Amino acid sequence: MEPRRQIGERVRRNEDARLLTGRALFVDDVRLEGMLHVAFLRSQHAHARLVRVDATAARGRPGVVAVYTAADLGDYWRPGPLLVPPPPIAGLVFNACTQVPLARDKLRHVGEPIAMVVAESRYLAEDALDDITVDAEPLPAVVDLENALREGAPRVHEHLPSNVAAHAIQRKGDYAEAKRRAHRVIQRRFRYDRGASAAIENRAVAAQWDPRAEELTVWDTTQAPIPIRNGLAQLLGLLQSQVRVVAPFVGGGFGPKIMMYYPEEVLVPWATMRLGRPVKWTEDRQENFFATTQERGQIHDAEIAVDRDGKVLGVRDVFLHDTGAYDPYGLTVPINSQCTLLGPYEIPNYESEFTAIFTNKTIVTPVRGAGRQHGVFVIERLLDFAAKELEIDRAEIRRRNLLRRDQFPVNNEILFQDSAPLTYDSGDYEPALDQALELIDYRRFIREEQPRLRAAGRCVGIGIVCYVEGTGIGPYEGARVTVEPGGLVRLATGVGTQGQGHFTSFAQIVAEVLGVDVADVRVITGDTREFAWGTGTFASRGAVVAGSACHAAATRVREKILDLASHELKAPKEDLVLAGGKVQVRGDPARGIALGALALKANPLRGAVRPGTEPGLEATAYFGPDRGSTASGVHAMIVDVDPETAQVEIKRYVVVHDCGRVINPMIVDGQIHGGVAHGIGNAFYEQLVYDEEGQLLNASFMDYLLPTATDVPHVETAHRETPSPLNPIGAKGVGEAGAIPTGALFAQAVEDALGNRNGKLEICEIPLSPNRLFELIEQAR
Amino acid sequence: MTAIELTVNGDAVRRSIEPRLLLSDFLRNDLGLTGTHVGCEHGVCGACTVLLDGEAVRSCLMFAVQADGHGVTTVEGLSDGVALHPLQAAFHEAHGLQCGFCTPGILMTLVPFLQDHPHPDEREIREALSGNLCRCTGYQNIVAAVRLACDGASTADR
Repeated sequence: MEPRRQIGERVRRNEDARLLTGRALFVDDVRLEGMLHVAFLRSQHAHARLVRVDATAARGRPGVVAVYTAADLGDYWRPGPLLVPPPPIAGLVFNACTQVPLARDKLRHVGEPIAMVVAESRYLAEDALDDITVDAEPLPAVVDLENALREGAPRVHEHLPSNVAAHAIQRKGDYAEAKRRAHRVIQRRFRYDRGASAAIENRAVAAQWDPRAEELTVWDTTQAPIPIRNGLAQLLGLLQSQVRVVAPFVGGGFGPKIMMYYPEEVLVPWATMRLGRPVKWTEDRQENFFATTQERGQIHDAEIAVDRDGKVLGVRDVFLHDTGAYDPYGLTVPINSQCTLLGPYEIPNYESEFTAIFTNKTIVTPVRGAGRQHGVFVIERLLDFAAKELEIDRAEIRRRNLLRRDQFPVNNEILFQDSAPLTYDSGDYEPALDQALELIDYRRFIREEQPRLRAAGRCVGIGIVCYVEGTGIGPYEGARVTVEPGGLVRLATGVGTQGQGHFTSFAQIVAEVLGVDVADVRVITGDTREFAWGTGTFASRGAVVAGSACHAAATRVREKILDLASHELKAPKEDLVLAGGKVQVRGDPARGIALGALALKANPLRGAVRPGTEPGLEATAYFGPDRGSTASGVHAMIVDVDPETAQVEIKRYVVVHDCGRVINPMIVDGQIHGGVAHGIGNAFYEQLVYDEEGQLLNASFMDYLLPTATDVPHVETAHRETPSPLNPIGAKGVGEAGAIPTGALFAQAVEDALGNRNGKLEICEIPLSPNRLFELIEQAR
Repeated sequence: MTAIELTVNGDAVRRSIEPRLLLSDFLRNDLGLTGTHVGCEHGVCGACTVLLDGEAVRSCLMFAVQADGHGVTTVEGLSDGVALHPLQAAFHEAHGLQCGFCTPGILMTLVPFLQDHPHPDEREIREALSGNLCRCTGYQNIVAAVRLACDGASTADR
């Protein structure tokens, strides 16, 4: 039997059967004897002074076990840690103000928790919320980003002189000099507004304290079970080994579940230890709209300097970033915006300045794309406007500015979110552009289709955008691979899964190295008792970083297998083949041993072992890249717009994507489909609408529209593989890619569709909606 | 408390419950059938869809007492416990699920739909799915799974 290629194959998923039959464990499914249930009383004010909280009546209600306010937390009350310290940017201003477990003297956003009720059932806990009296003096709310900076504006955090959370400038080259040389300088203002991550599973935390074993078990819908364990141990004065955090199946992450030490996440474990009974809290959808982190509010004033041929000489961008009421996640989002603007293009001179602003709105942390959308939107729209002014084709102006294959690695001279210089490891952009143009039949559409359909009165348009995505950042992940005597391979790793197919793609990597069936590699993930070192699933890094750790651990086990098998089979290692779950001497079918049998020999019950050997066929390995790997892609779409109703129908959607070496094309396609759907929602359906008092006006799925099966088109995908030199697999991340360029693409295609009718129409904002697009069409008449 | 009698996945069930108890909470908490998921509790996401006398209903929009005297089927009742139901198998083949949280509700929506429409076209499939929210898949491979379940001709790549 010859070794079989597993990496790169369309392998069906190991985890599906459990999910399809309803057997998979999600946090809200945890049911324990004597379990208590939690409901939170939350702020109804965006901004108010909290004078008094009276929970006497609630405490007296039958079925209520405890009610906690900030005053009841004692020393346990403390602001959360700064999760992501900002990179060392020269001249950086950064004010860290992190969330508190329960509001003590001030309410800073609607939905901020004030009191925690623990009762015999969730129904009773919610009943008791009505018994709590809150005296609060409303304050004017900080909502609009520009107003937030005005002299005399109300302050979200009064110990600071203003609402500035951070200010940073990053530069490459000399923009002012480039501007002087420019043939044209094009300036625009761009707006991007907030959306919800809207995982279909809301957050949940369940916890149980075992007083005999002195062990705390926490089930948490987190993307980072290990850091949660470490943080809880520290907060609760326990050893890390006394705390087990399990992120079982998680029903979609999309970023907000990487936010750590949410109030509920630190309070539920604390309560279970005080009360001696298991405690569970499950967020409801309305709470999710207020209390789960959000993203995307930015305003950019940007300009591009171009020469006569459309070559970009430089870009300057000054933007405001809404960080919400607190900034525990540091500057990841605005730095991603700043870095991703450079895209796949050669931009020799760049100046980017941002101000992050506290507002009385839900906390901002990364949501699928994590600020990259904004950067792509700004550069792509600037290129579109430059193309129009210079009368250059939109695809052509992109081609003229793309980085060439021989320019890699490309050092962009500014710092990325991981504090490393923004360096592109590898890429091959122009062929991807060509492929996308070909797949969507760009030229024929422009020359034939569009004129023909326009003549028939239709408003059809095409868009094409390019983007890069910094993925797979450090610090590190680990994995442990064990061959068991039954022949199954056990793979434990720290990163949890929220649907990305880790049970399969990680298994493929190990299966290829060890020559076993993918179904025989049992992946255990997201349980700190099984693997206790690592950070989490974020920044499109699972396959790159944890996948590489799986590869490294499997490679070490392979060495152990070869070593022992060589001894047992009395054959040199070079003659051994691992395939079909066996080690075989090449060309001699009679001489072989099953991996399970070899595992038994590696862990004998009696007798002597060779000196220097370790028991078992097991190895643990870690992988930490110096820096992230840069994925890239081109999206193209054709739309049909009804100018009377401003409805947009997406006729075709093409994605050419390069995430390096693909581990499982089926899974990669699925990631892209979902990302595009998220991006379409972001572009045309989803917007969190806050009024000037900081009240969220559409906090339900009745009013906040997620795209449905009739809104999302069939996405045609093509893969290109430019391997990353930064990891042994050659992989780059893909989890966020689909969602990143969609807003820019949508704006361009819709503008093109209406171009002959509303020539002055310029779309400089996302999200749109039929209403908003209608207004823009009217304004452009 | 109110006494109710119903059948759930073919088994007779008798319980005494509060009239305000949602059917979704009854199935999950009282009966331990946690395959039925709760995503919004206002009838939009469809994750909690179950069959009531063979018709798809949102269990978060019903009180358990309203199921008195009726037959409920949940995702746990879809396969025989050995082999996957053909629709489940098609979802596996076509990668019609990612995080899997919305999946039980989608399966329970599609089962009666496919009984009434054994050979739907893509538009009909998308219409049938339009009351269920999925944030992971972009629906594409769910559509492919349904086509595969119907005629066996389709693949995830169409």
